[in-house]
Amino acid sequence: MEFRLTDDQTALQRGIRELLDRAFGSGQLRDGTDIWPELEAAGLFSLRAPEASGGLGLGLAEAVLAFEELGRALVPGPLVGTELATAHGLADGGRAALVRLPVVPRGPLLVEQLPSLRTLLVLDTGWHGDSRGSGAVLRRIAPGEVTAEEVHSVDPLTRLWEPTGPLPPGEELPAADPVRLWVEGTLLTAALQVGLADRTVRTAVGYAGQREQFGRPIGAFQAVQHLCADMLARTEPARVAVRAAAVLLDAAGTGPDTFEAAAAEVAGAGLLADEAAVRGARDCLQVHGGMGFTWESDVHLALKRAWVHQRSFAGAEECAERAAAALPAGLGQV
Amino acid sequence: MELRDTDAEAEFRHGLREWLDKTLPELPATPDPGDWPGRRAYDTGWQRRLYDAGYAGVHWPADAGGRGASPAEYLIYLEETERAGAPYVGANFVGLLHAGPTVAAEGTAEQRRRWLPPILSGAEVWCQGFSESGAGSDLAALRTRAVRDGDDYVVSGSKIWTSHAEVADWCELLVRTGPTEPRHRGISWLVMPMDAPGVTVRPLRTLAGTNEFAELFLDEVRIPVANRVGAENDGWRVTMVTLSFERGTAFAGEVVGCRRTLVQLARLAQANGAWADPALRRRLGALAALFGALWRLVQWNVSEARAGGVPGPGASVFKLRFSEARQELYDLAAEVLGTASLVLADGGAEGDWTAQRLQGLSYTIAAGTSQIQRSIVAQRVLGLPKERKGTGG
Repeated sequence: MEFRLTDDQTALQRGIRELLDRAFGSGQLRDGTDIWPELEAAGLFSLRAPEASGGLGLGLAEAVLAFEELGRALVPGPLVGTELATAHGLADGGRAALVRLPVVPRGPLLVEQLPSLRTLLVLDTGWHGDSRGSGAVLRRIAPGEVTAEEVHSVDPLTRLWEPTGPLPPGEELPAADPVRLWVEGTLLTAALQVGLADRTVRTAVGYAGQREQFGRPIGAFQAVQHLCADMLARTEPARVAVRAAAVLLDAAGTGPDTFEAAAAEVAGAGLLADEAAVRGARDCLQVHGGMGFTWESDVHLALKRAWVHQRSFAGAEECAERAAAALPAGLGQV
Repeated sequence: MELRDTDAEAEFRHGLREWLDKTLPELPATPDPGDWPGRRAYDTGWQRRLYDAGYAGVHWPADAGGRGASPAEYLIYLEETERAGAPYVGANFVGLLHAGPTVAAEGTAEQRRRWLPPILSGAEVWCQGFSESGAGSDLAALRTRAVRDGDDYVVSGSKIWTSHAEVADWCELLVRTGPTEPRHRGISWLVMPMDAPGVTVRPLRTLAGTNEFAELFLDEVRIPVANRVGAENDGWRVTMVTLSFERGTAFAGEVVGCRRTLVQLARLAQANGAWADPALRRRLGALAALFGALWRLVQWNVSEARAGGVPGPGASVFKLRFSEARQELYDLAAEVLGTASLVLADGGAEGDWTAQRLQGLSYTIAAGTSQIQRSIVAQRVLGLPKERKGTGG
C-alpha cells in the first residue's frame, strides 16, 4: 500500500493548479473568460483517452486530481460530461453533457450550456443503485435538434436550458457501459466538490485571519475556529474517499464484485463530497458575515456551484441507498 | 496512489490470517467484565500468544524488541485482528501503546532492558497516571508533587481515569518536580511500581455502571530517581512523544470494528423490519460511507507519515470525525432496536448495543475532547491565531 500521490501525480495536480491560478482567477471568473480552449489544449479532458487517439492514457486516479482543481477554480461545465465522452470515445471533440432521464423526475430536465454542446448523451433508464442497470440505454443526440429555452439559473456561471418538447431519439450506443459512465460521472463530480470544499476552507481561513472585530482577527475566536475546523474535518475524509474510489474503479475492470465494491465506494465518496462542499460553502458564507451576503464577494458563487454539482449525477438519496445496499453483504475493503 | 498490498504485505497478511484462524479457536472463554484478575489473565495470555508467534509489538522498532514492521503492515495487523474478532489489546494497552513506546524512545539502555520485554511478552501490565481532577484537557495544570529525597522522589497527590489500575504492575506517572518553573517545564515522567507503599486504588464507577477506571491516591510514595524517564522537568516533552503515538493509529483498528458492527446492525435491521424505513436505511448507508472514508484517511495518513517521517495533520481530523461517528453508530443502533435499546443485558456483555452506547459516550471526551481537537485543527493545521489566554478552549 502506498496511498499517497506519486511524484507524477503531484506534478500533474500542481501544473493544473498553476494554469488555473494564472488563467482563471477571480477576475476571469466574472468577466466571462472562456477558459475551455486552454483546458483542451492542456489535455485536461483527454487524460484518460488512449495514447493512440491523442490522450495521455492515465486513469481516474489522475482525473480526480485534475477535477479537484477544476472544482476549486469554479470552472463552469459541462466538465464531467466532456471528460466521460472523451475518455470513452463517445464524442468527436467539443463539449459534451450527459443527462439521465430519471424514472421519477423531481423537477425539469436541465441541460448545461446546451447551445455550445457538440454532443448530448442521454441515459434512458435510471440506475437504482441496487442493480447493474441492465435495462439502461445510452443515446447520443445532436444538441442542435433539441428545442429548448434557457432558464434563469441560480448559478450565474452555469447557464441551463430546459427542453420544451420531447427529445429526439438520436442514436443508440450499444457498446457503451451506461452504468459505468454514471458511476464515473458521480466520482468526477465528487472530485469537483472536494476541490470546491477545499476552496471554501482556504477562503474562510484567509478571511478569518485578516478581518478584525473587537480588536482582533475573528479567527482568534473559538466559535469561528471551530466552524473552520469542521469544514476541514468534512473535506479531508471526502478527499481520500474520492481518491480511494478512483483507485478502486481503475482496478475494477470486468469482475462484477470488484465493480460493485468500487461503485459503493464511489457512492460513499459522493455523499461525503456533497456534504463537504455544500456545508463548507455555507460555513464560508457565515464566516464572511455581511460580506458573504453580497453579490460582490465570490462566496455565493461557490455555494451556488456546489448546489449545481449536488444535482448532477447521483444525488444524496441514490448514494446513500447504494452505500446501504452494500452493507449487509459486507462489501468493500473494510 | 496504490491501495493494493505489496508482495511483502500480502505475505504478512496471509501469514497473520493463517495464524489467527488456527489460534482464535484455542482461546479460553472471555472473562466476566467485572473480574479484573480474570481479564488481566485473558489479555496477557493473548499477548503471550502474540509474543510467541512474533506478532508482539508489530509496530515497535526491532531494537526495542518489536517486529519493526512498516506502518502499512501495522495497519494490516490491526485490520486482520479486528476482522477476525481477535481479543482487544485490553490490559496491555498502556504498555504497548503509551508507556512502552515512550520508554523505547526516551529511556536509557537499562530502562529499556528492564521494562520493554515484559510488556511484549504480557508478563507485566501498565497503567497511566496523567489526568487529575483539576487537570483534564489542561493536563499541564497537574499538581501531584514529587520532592527529591536522596535517591528517591517522594510523591503525593491523586490521579484519575486510570484504567486497569487494580491489576497493573507499573504506572507511567506525570508529577510536578519544579514547583517554581513555568508549568510545562516543571513536570517529570516517572515509572511507579503499583505495589509501592502509599498507593491506594479506588474504583470509579462510570455512567455505564461499570468500573472501567480508577482513581489513584498517592501518599508519600517513594519512587527511585532511577525510574525517571528523560531529564528532570522534561516530562512534558516526553509525554508529547506518548500522546502523538495515541493520536496516530491508535483508533485505526476500531474503524474496522465499527464497520463490522455496522454490517451486523444492517442485518439486524433487515431481520426486524427497520430496514424498510428509507430514512433509517440511508443513515446507515451514510455512516458506512463515513467509516469507509475514515479507514482511507488512516491509510493516507500512514502512507504520508512513512514518506515524511511525521504523522500528518490528519490525526486530529481523524480523531474528531471518528469519535462522533462511533457515537452516531450506537445512536443508530438504538433507532433500529426501538424500545429494546432501553434494556441492558445482565453482566454487560460485549455485544450489548446499549452498553456500548453508554461506554461510547466517552469517545468525544477521552484522549482530547472534540472541542480541543477542533482548536488543534484550527490553530495548528489551519494556522488561525491562538486565542487569548484564559478564554478557554
